[in-house]
Amino acid sequence: MKKIRRFIGRFVEGMLTISGMVTTVTILLIVIFLFKEGAGIFKSPVIEDGYHLYVNAENPVKSISSYDIKQIFDVEIDNWKELNGINEEIMVFRFDDIFNLYAEEEFGENYKLLPQKLAEVIQNNKNIVAYLPKQYAPKNMVGVKEIETKNISFFDFFGGKEWMPTSKPAAQFGVLPLILGTILVSLVAILIALPLGLGVAIYLSELANEKIRHYLKFTIELLAGIPSVVYGFFGLVVLVPIVQRVFHLDVGETAFTGSLLLAIMALPTIITVSEDAMKNTPKALREGSLALGATKWQTIYRVVIPSSISGISAAVVLGIGRAIGETMAVLMVTGNAAIMPPTLFQPVRTIPATIAAELGEAPAGGTHYQALFLLGCILFLITMVISITAELISKKPQNSGL
Amino acid sequence: MNKKTTQKIAFLSFRILGIIVIAILFWILGFIIYNGIGVINWNFLTTAPTDGMTAGGIFPAIVGTLCLVAGSMIIAFPLGVMSAIYTQEYAGKGWIVRFIRVMTSNLASIPSIVFGLFGMALFVNKLKFGDSILAGSLTLGLLVLPLVIRTTEEALKAIPNSFRTGSYALGASKLQTIRKVVLPMAMPNIFTGLILSVGRVSGETAPILFTVAAYFLPKLPTSIFDQAMALPYHLYVLATSGTNIDKTLPIAYGTALVLIAIVLIMNLLAAFIRKRLNKKLKSH
Repeated sequence: MKKIRRFIGRFVEGMLTISGMVTTVTILLIVIFLFKEGAGIFKSPVIEDGYHLYVNAENPVKSISSYDIKQIFDVEIDNWKELNGINEEIMVFRFDDIFNLYAEEEFGENYKLLPQKLAEVIQNNKNIVAYLPKQYAPKNMVGVKEIETKNISFFDFFGGKEWMPTSKPAAQFGVLPLILGTILVSLVAILIALPLGLGVAIYLSELANEKIRHYLKFTIELLAGIPSVVYGFFGLVVLVPIVQRVFHLDVGETAFTGSLLLAIMALPTIITVSEDAMKNTPKALREGSLALGATKWQTIYRVVIPSSISGISAAVVLGIGRAIGETMAVLMVTGNAAIMPPTLFQPVRTIPATIAAELGEAPAGGTHYQALFLLGCILFLITMVISITAELISKKPQNSGL
Repeated sequence: MNKKTTQKIAFLSFRILGIIVIAILFWILGFIIYNGIGVINWNFLTTAPTDGMTAGGIFPAIVGTLCLVAGSMIIAFPLGVMSAIYTQEYAGKGWIVRFIRVMTSNLASIPSIVFGLFGMALFVNKLKFGDSILAGSLTLGLLVLPLVIRTTEEALKAIPNSFRTGSYALGASKLQTIRKVVLPMAMPNIFTGLILSVGRVSGETAPILFTVAAYFLPKLPTSIFDQAMALPYHLYVLATSGTNIDKTLPIAYGTALVLIAIVLIMNLLAAFIRKRLNKKLKSH
């Protein structure tokens, strides 16, 4: 009997130990799955899978970067000279164009002669660049040269200034505008929220009586509990029109609207964390200051705030973390234009909003899908750094002053 | 300027800031209640959307959200409580506990959209659950795990050590002490954690976007492998992709009100239970 009981005790302890590890395991799994999918993008070719670019064999150009390919097909680059080639206008040729040049019968049974006809076109035009499916490609034919297809590089992704995941033939996965958009929206949000939040924190910890304090804290808890999609809805129907009217804009869905909304959403974090820090100021410090003849206000801004500065910094960092990761509210009010944000009063798009808006349309396992997972990795790393920073800051031994 | 006057000005502005924060809350709540209350009636709560979501109610979304709440709690509650019992009662004070704490707070700081990505990669694609209540519940369950763990830890911490030592002195084992003494006393507080988690889960949108949420699905889910509508996603759809704004906007207000009501009731309930418990603990 005793043995069984001891065994049960051991068993339960084992189970508890295992469940103690559950958060660690979850984080590990998140890391594994996010990075496995995300890293796949660097093994994907810059142009659409199953396609190749072909030029005339006499063309000296060997490879073209992802961005240049996009520029060529958008007719932004129209001369080979710009790619260190011959001084001749670029002739863009797409697969469908072949059907304008030849009649259906000329391709023979099952389009057997199609590769040959394509080769003919390429041989006859020195200035051509043809975007063709591998299936019908004029492989190894005289006078035709295949442009070397590179994989998407680290630089294409982190240094690229254009995010056009569905552009053909070369989708652009430049993450800079998204990163800048995220940082812009979050930083402005904190600049708005910080003075407001700090003021309320001082009021809560130093001035309010117990009853007011209780109700105000409960209010702040409720504010933190409102779902982000409700904030987004509120922003869409209330803040967007207000911003549009006040600043005389064509559209009210701007980076600033997002910042305004995020500021409201970050308030609870900033208030509770910094109020905690202020409450923890040693009584001796306060009383010492008052005994020296300082007023209550002088004590607050000369003693209480400096002594709780690490907690306040942690509050700011955590607030930024909350703002950077926020998805739905930002998605609904910032207008979602994946461009380099020129001013605060134009639409932008943040990293989380991009994932939420595009993942539904990206086929699983494709390049676009992988790019969105890589965005998730970036977001994950940023929030990890922020959470660890906040932990380190608030752990710093408080200056007891004694 | 006189230092007394400076103080007066400073304090006055802090009072105003406090009032502003309260005003913001009441602005948001008031706006949604004022616009949504007229829409809510029995019919709205118990019928499916009709006419391309320009008429009818939100019943399937309410049922879907209830399923997700129940599913995620079945996963998160036992796991979270057991994890907290381990760190509080068993693990001592070594580096393992510190490590687990850091991991838990890190998990809490991961944005919800990352959970959505993760849930899609693991549950929907890898384990082949498809877009389903099961995949959504697992994702949401992992999301609220840190909240359950933290509130349970707080609840266990609040039990005075004398109760434990008293139990040991009577010859009870560690397991018996936890089961018969610590847990029954901590239960109401652990329960408030559960309630807060329910509020959190019912409002999350980003994690369910790609793991469970259906754009429009008038029939109710019949198994855990079905897709389902959910209140927060329904609100998002109504607010952003409605083709007939005049008709969908009132429904959106109604949906937002139901969503806020759930969260408010959960928070008030938790506060109420906590207050009663504190009174009881004081009388001990």
